[in-house]
Amino acid sequence: MEEKITFQLNGKKTEALIDPSQILLWVLRDHFGLTGTKFGCGMGFCGACTVLIDNTPVRSCQLSVGEVAGKKVVTIEGLSDNGKLHPVQKAFVEHDALQCGFCTPGMVMNATGLLLKTPNPTTEQIKAGMEDNLCRCGAHVRIVEAVKTAAKEMKGGK
Amino acid sequence: MKKNPIEKQVSKETTGSHGMPRRDFFKILGSGIIIFFHPWSAIDLLGLPADQARSLPKDYNAFLQIAEDGTVNCFTGKIEMGQGIITSLPQMMADELNVPLDKIKMVMGDTDLCPWDAGTWGSMTTRGFGPNMRAAAAEARAVLTELASVQLGVPVTQLEVKDGIVIDTKNPKKTVSYSQLTKGKRIEKFLDVKPSVEDYTKFTYVGKSYMHSDAVLKVTGAAKFAGDLKLPGMLYARILRPPSHGAKLTSVDVSGAEKIDGIKVIHEGDFVAVLHENRQKADEAIVKIKAEYSFDELPVNDRTIFESMVKADSTVRVVRSNGDLEAGRQLSDKIFESEFHDPYLAHTPMETHTALARLEGEKVTVWAGTQSPFGLQDNIVRDLGFSRENVRVITPFVGGGFGGKSSSQQGVEAAKLAKMTGKPVMVMWTRDEEFFYDSFHPAGVIKIKSGIDKSGMIKLWDYHIFYSGTRGSETTYDVPNAVTTSYSQKREAPAVHPFSTGAWRAPNNNTNTFAREVQIDIMASAAGIDPLEFRLKNLKDEKMIACLKAVADKFGYVAGKTPTGRGIGVACGADAGSWVAHMAEIKVDKGTGKVQVIRVACAQEMGLCVNPEGSTIQMEGCITMGLGYALSEELLFEGGNIKDRGFDSYEIPKFSWLPKIDTVILDRKNEPPQGGGEPAIIAIGAVIANAIFDATGARLYRLPMTPARILEALKKV
Repeated sequence: MEEKITFQLNGKKTEALIDPSQILLWVLRDHFGLTGTKFGCGMGFCGACTVLIDNTPVRSCQLSVGEVAGKKVVTIEGLSDNGKLHPVQKAFVEHDALQCGFCTPGMVMNATGLLLKTPNPTTEQIKAGMEDNLCRCGAHVRIVEAVKTAAKEMKGGK
Repeated sequence: MKKNPIEKQVSKETTGSHGMPRRDFFKILGSGIIIFFHPWSAIDLLGLPADQARSLPKDYNAFLQIAEDGTVNCFTGKIEMGQGIITSLPQMMADELNVPLDKIKMVMGDTDLCPWDAGTWGSMTTRGFGPNMRAAAAEARAVLTELASVQLGVPVTQLEVKDGIVIDTKNPKKTVSYSQLTKGKRIEKFLDVKPSVEDYTKFTYVGKSYMHSDAVLKVTGAAKFAGDLKLPGMLYARILRPPSHGAKLTSVDVSGAEKIDGIKVIHEGDFVAVLHENRQKADEAIVKIKAEYSFDELPVNDRTIFESMVKADSTVRVVRSNGDLEAGRQLSDKIFESEFHDPYLAHTPMETHTALARLEGEKVTVWAGTQSPFGLQDNIVRDLGFSRENVRVITPFVGGGFGGKSSSQQGVEAAKLAKMTGKPVMVMWTRDEEFFYDSFHPAGVIKIKSGIDKSGMIKLWDYHIFYSGTRGSETTYDVPNAVTTSYSQKREAPAVHPFSTGAWRAPNNNTNTFAREVQIDIMASAAGIDPLEFRLKNLKDEKMIACLKAVADKFGYVAGKTPTGRGIGVACGADAGSWVAHMAEIKVDKGTGKVQVIRVACAQEMGLCVNPEGSTIQMEGCITMGLGYALSEELLFEGGNIKDRGFDSYEIPKFSWLPKIDTVILDRKNEPPQGGGEPAIIAIGAVIANAIFDATGARLYRLPMTPARILEALKKV
């Protein structure tokens, strides 16, 4: 049942002796203690569990850990660089683009993936790219502005 | 031994009225100085019924502690769920104590450490809890200044406090800090004359914008919610749930689940649960349980509920009455009768109900996402037989509440399983469970008969509320003949609401404001008067008038007789001590019935605004969340079965729905601060309904205004 799964987790080569059919979300949270990745629905509808796999935003509740073997997984904990906030995180703070903060890690990861793919998004592209990440508090208008700010900084900075 | 001059001074001032021996004033109890004060106004301010007020613990009024390092620990039974009080309460405390803002540390929602509190709801933190916390701080400041007076040998009147340092105004080099004064001692002292709280003109922090102080924790994933906690040996639990409300378990076979290695199966009466140290094993086990149920199906569904409410044998109560309805009819030139329907809604916080419980001897500690830690404590005492002192509830960050985490069944379940297994147990509801066990926004019916005279003045207002509550049902307009009647559950009659209902952001006000403001719009249109002008001419409430004028200005409103075809709506109301007025511009696709909201402007008067940034965010959140109940949200059910169990069918607002949002806060610095977490949601249903009418001439009486309902209404134009 258990197998050795090797993948890159937040920039580090990682090995886990684990049942490969276990859901990535729970493996991240329970096995690796990376609780920034949230459970919102477990059905792929809300986006709270979004992580980057090979730079693409993916719903970690819809994936088994076996499927990430050999891939690069980045969670919210791996986004900042030695304590320095990633431009998307910084922009979320600057725009106060959160309330309860539960959807925030998924929003940040999804926005990061969006900007990696589309560095100069229009407002409509941001809305379309963020569409399926749900926020109940209604931080949406600020999230859109934060993504715009992050886009500018990522172009200038990196 | 040299007598301590501070001790002498304090005892002289305090022994008089309280008659306490001197040695009781100083008690060395760890670090920090704790100032107690009388709960002189707390009960009134929290608006508690007398029976609950009696359950207040005697020592609940310990609101703050000044530690030796100068940190001010502030204790509140309120919790942080996104509304931003972790940022705004410290602003109030820093100003009242005259300490730097960054010295304030909030300790929230811990039943062992914090003063009792009913719960975080009703936009009550700033207006209800705030004055108590400020009063505590004002008294602490007064006591500390007295201590400084003795230490420095100058009269109190010659002292001022700045940044936690008491300064001799005649000799500014002569200073002593709060922490130098406290020196790890604890003082129990009540002042005979309560010091007044600071005047707003002296505020340094209150009234200025501060960003969320918890933002960095939340963008890095470091903020801990209940589900993020882990204890050695903890088990994850799944509980067997009935397929519908009213179903009774008749037989159960747990043998399939028991085959899973390491699984623990609990079966006690109707309560069946599986636990495992790997949560996915618990998930696997729960679906292997074979259960049979008998059904006592509820006769109502989401279509028939409204008729059943109107026909039910109800308790009828006149909420308010002025003038005479018959006189109103006589004075009216035109009479309008409408019936409005509002469905059940789910709260759907992004964090599902989650709790972790640990048993240590006789004591249970529960970490829970809850809006009412003390309420959960009471429920655990009631249901599980613990004594109150043996139940501690700790509230980490809460991932949204909106009223839905007011009751916290999951916390009782976790405590129960911890008690049964002796191990730490986590219960994290699935999204399905979150929908099923929600305490829904109640469905309701509003019937209105109203009349205007030839000049467009409202003369008659006969308003009936069926089963949705009276909050926000004030007539609002200046009507000489107005009666509000409420129809609610009769004790001996069958339950009208088929399942649990509760507070949903600005509870019931959304329903009442929708009905009232659409009715006003109907009359304005029939009178041939611009809807803003119609409202202004029928209002005497100056705050309402000010909000309407402010929103019209912000929106760039141009008057017109509806329907103008422009798709512009107006609506207003009051909630939680605040006033709001909204304007919206929308587009209706007449082919599909779909509404796109282009822009929404909102003006809000909320007394003194503590944190304009935080208040603006709450207004934006209210407007965005309000789009859901206006356009899509409606809980579908058949018998006892909740048909909506996930975000696939129950649609909440998304990015593509976003209008441009403009907000104005009418700051009233000389008035007490009022609620800000809910008011701006109350008029969203009405403002959109009125805008749809302006765009198309179609009138909507039923929430949500789905494309199908709009197409239906368009047929009648």
